[in-house]
Amino acid sequence: MRKYEVIIGLEVHVELKTRAKLFCGCSTEFGAEPNTHTCPVCLGMPGVLPVLNRQAVVYAIKAALALECTVHSYSKFDRKQYFYPDLPKAYQISQYDQPLAEHGHVPIFNDGAVVKTVGVRRIHLEEDAGKLNHLGQRLGDAKGSLVDLNRAGVPLIEIVSEPDMSSADEARLYLTELRNILSYLDISDLRMEEGSMRCDANVSLRPSGYTGSVEDLPRVEIKNVNSIRNVQRGIEFEIARQAEFLANGERIVKETRGFDDQSGRTYSQRSKEEANDYRYFPEPDLPPLVLSDVFVREVKDTLPPSTQALRQELRTAGVQPKDVEVILADHSALAFWRQATTLFGDARMVTNWMLSDLSRLLNTHGHSFATTPVSPEALVGLLNLIHRGTLSGRMAKEVLDNMYETQRSAEEIVKDLGMSQITDADAIKKVVEETVASHRPVVEDYLSGKEKALGFLVGQVMKKTKGQAKPDVVNKILKDVIREYAEKI
Amino acid sequence: MAIHELGVKDLAERVRARELSASETVSAVFTRIKNVESTIQAFLHLDPDYARMRAQVIDQLPADELKNLPLAGVPIAVKDNMTTVSMPTTAGSKILSGFMSPYNATVVNRLEAAGAIIVGKTNLDEFAMGSSTEHSAYHTTCNPWDIRRVPGGSSGGSAAAVAAQMVPAALGSDTGGSIRQPASYCGVTGFKPTFGRISRYGLIAFASSLDQIGPLTRSVEDARLLYEVIAGHDPLDATSLPGELDVSRGPLPHWRDIRIGVPKEYDGEGIDPRVQERYHEVLAFLRDQGAQLVDLSLPHTRYAISAYYIIAPAEASSNLARFDGVRYGFRHPAADLLSMYETTRTEGFGSEVTRRILLGTHALSSGYYDAYYLKAQKVRTLIRQDFERAFDQVDVILTPTTPEVAFKFGEKSQDPLQMYLSDVFTVTANLAGIPGISTPAGLISDVPVGVQWLGPVLQEGRLLQIAQAFEQLWPSVPWPSVGGDL
Repeated sequence: MRKYEVIIGLEVHVELKTRAKLFCGCSTEFGAEPNTHTCPVCLGMPGVLPVLNRQAVVYAIKAALALECTVHSYSKFDRKQYFYPDLPKAYQISQYDQPLAEHGHVPIFNDGAVVKTVGVRRIHLEEDAGKLNHLGQRLGDAKGSLVDLNRAGVPLIEIVSEPDMSSADEARLYLTELRNILSYLDISDLRMEEGSMRCDANVSLRPSGYTGSVEDLPRVEIKNVNSIRNVQRGIEFEIARQAEFLANGERIVKETRGFDDQSGRTYSQRSKEEANDYRYFPEPDLPPLVLSDVFVREVKDTLPPSTQALRQELRTAGVQPKDVEVILADHSALAFWRQATTLFGDARMVTNWMLSDLSRLLNTHGHSFATTPVSPEALVGLLNLIHRGTLSGRMAKEVLDNMYETQRSAEEIVKDLGMSQITDADAIKKVVEETVASHRPVVEDYLSGKEKALGFLVGQVMKKTKGQAKPDVVNKILKDVIREYAEKI
Repeated sequence: MAIHELGVKDLAERVRARELSASETVSAVFTRIKNVESTIQAFLHLDPDYARMRAQVIDQLPADELKNLPLAGVPIAVKDNMTTVSMPTTAGSKILSGFMSPYNATVVNRLEAAGAIIVGKTNLDEFAMGSSTEHSAYHTTCNPWDIRRVPGGSSGGSAAAVAAQMVPAALGSDTGGSIRQPASYCGVTGFKPTFGRISRYGLIAFASSLDQIGPLTRSVEDARLLYEVIAGHDPLDATSLPGELDVSRGPLPHWRDIRIGVPKEYDGEGIDPRVQERYHEVLAFLRDQGAQLVDLSLPHTRYAISAYYIIAPAEASSNLARFDGVRYGFRHPAADLLSMYETTRTEGFGSEVTRRILLGTHALSSGYYDAYYLKAQKVRTLIRQDFERAFDQVDVILTPTTPEVAFKFGEKSQDPLQMYLSDVFTVTANLAGIPGISTPAGLISDVPVGVQWLGPVLQEGRLLQIAQAFEQLWPSVPWPSVGGDL
């Protein structure tokens, strides 16, 4: 019997890709020269006031609806106060006790099967802080820090899950599905490595026999991990660490921990007991956010099909559940798949070629379905040649390699290289007759019941046709010729 | 009449008619300033070159453009907590010494677009926190009626500049009475419109939900002229109200059509008997004019000061957190970040500001929020409801503006609580968000006293008409002669 139960909740910050920041007109573009996307408002100059960006509200509502939340008709903004050089006003405008949306759900899938449904406690809108660039190797021995406020005021939504996950793997699956859902809304770049999606994981262990509330368990928060994989690793480490504490009868301290990518370990940053008192209070510079039913409905009408609907679409087309998840997880793969399947009826064949040979090439060359040199049309050109029998599977792989490099069509390549599977039955029959004539003992073997002998004969025919004969045609003709031969004797 | 004695209306009319040039006006104003400013010290910055340049621009305008400028050539002083790109903006604080704002406050842009000429920035209690202008980090300002006395505050510089006839008008800001109280102490008109009627963009925030900009002038008509220029919706201020201004004009109302509310909570304990007597004289006078006096109660007034001194410092503690030495203003060098914050803020803020930051930080602390801030907000709602009920019965409420006349320097600066109580009649209008105007009601022992008119939200036009009707009937007194005056 296990001695404890694992309880995991995730807080995910998602940067919205609105054109302008949340409270001013500055650009949100990533990677500009430091402090070039700033104005008196996002610099927190004396006397400035925030004005809410309508687009950010629309994006946040989209996310809330896609995560099946209740969007509140009344929510408000609050100030979260603390001093730090990346926070120009010394407070972050966020939403505290009356968030934009609550009570959502994210179903999580493993190999296409629903594992469980994770609750979404709340979604709120807030502004991002700036960035500090430390001069030196580490913060400890930095000679100074440079403040870049380009990111200050970029809109974020924070999505807080219920503590419904009970393993690192479930956390990974939740994040994967969350990213899937959000990616189809086109409201964020969702790049964890660039910080446009960030995750904090709360991990607690509930010892068996514990009867108090989950909220009262000492919770360890792993901050700002930069990939889904690392969230999983961090949680795995944390579960093991806390389990060892419990096994040794030690107390787990409520604290914030960082994750070290190299060692795969978490390390203590600060204990919650010495944490800030943020002194939240309602933002007096912004009126409450009042959303009419009509407005929310209008936003709802612009939502794309849900990931559930997309799953259904792919499965109905005959795609295997495991492949469905692979295609869903990649926005451009789905677009590719859709384009290809409208041009070519056999969805399974499209899926197989996409996910095996084309994916292999994309990975090798550091491309993706968004940047692939082989378009859906080009792949379908190749599939048509296979379908018509012009190319064997093995030949098609070669042609695909060539297409990838030269970006020419499959037909052009086949024509140029004189590649063609021999489909002319008469030409094949001639080769088969020669083969049968020169391998009589083998034919006898076959006739006496050795099935394997036929394979040898097919191989001989293929060799003579340099692989251009279509194997199933060879098979059929070979059997016909042998039958004729047997009848003669 | 000398140019510096002319009011806003007369000056603008003459400049538009080209009877007087903007340049002559500016020149006369700076001569006057030269004569009396060394005695009064109403300004923190003066910029004659900029004013002359602006005057030339106005003088060179074609006639058809000039005639559309409601404030053509009118010299105006702006309280130094409103941002200007042409002059420093310090809010009376060391922490912003020499600070140049990269942008103009909306009110400054609107004044300039209307043809006004900003001549300088006026002194104030640091970050508008105070009732005497003694809390300025730079210097004190004298009351032009008696230089041993304070001009009131926090818009003391603006009130003194107008009373000393250095400028015909000035902008002030009013968080708990900071326009109306100094107007009363200096014998000028001070008007605080409905919260949200005038953009706060560019007003260095003290208490965001209470702050309101307004004019200080030598007549109600002039206050109206400025108000109509600076008021109206501003897309840069999310709390600014949409909708048309109430610009009721036409003939002044008859007193027999006016019901005046007389709230018992504004009359009695804690008032200087001379102020109380004058208030009663005004009431009796208006009754004789035919006005209907209605005794009423605003029962939650007695909690107003307590609620105000929770809400205002709470918001201030947050608004002033940005002055951290990182990006602009004063910075005290230190070995590490935390020490830099501490020494910069300890050195940069004066004692009153520090006191309010501490009060506000405490009020918002975890575990105290509900007992202080949340409760104060509930009181605020009750105060607003008191007024709503009162305005079902009356057109206007009349009170003394302050419990006493201008006090002497140092008299209250050691006793913050006494200082806070001088806001007792004015804070309710801020808490309720309603408009209020203080108009002079003569002198008491050679120093001015005012009365305060309070009206329902967004009915500024009507309120100004009533105040103007009073102004026309009540005997006015000559402006004070100031040292250096001939």
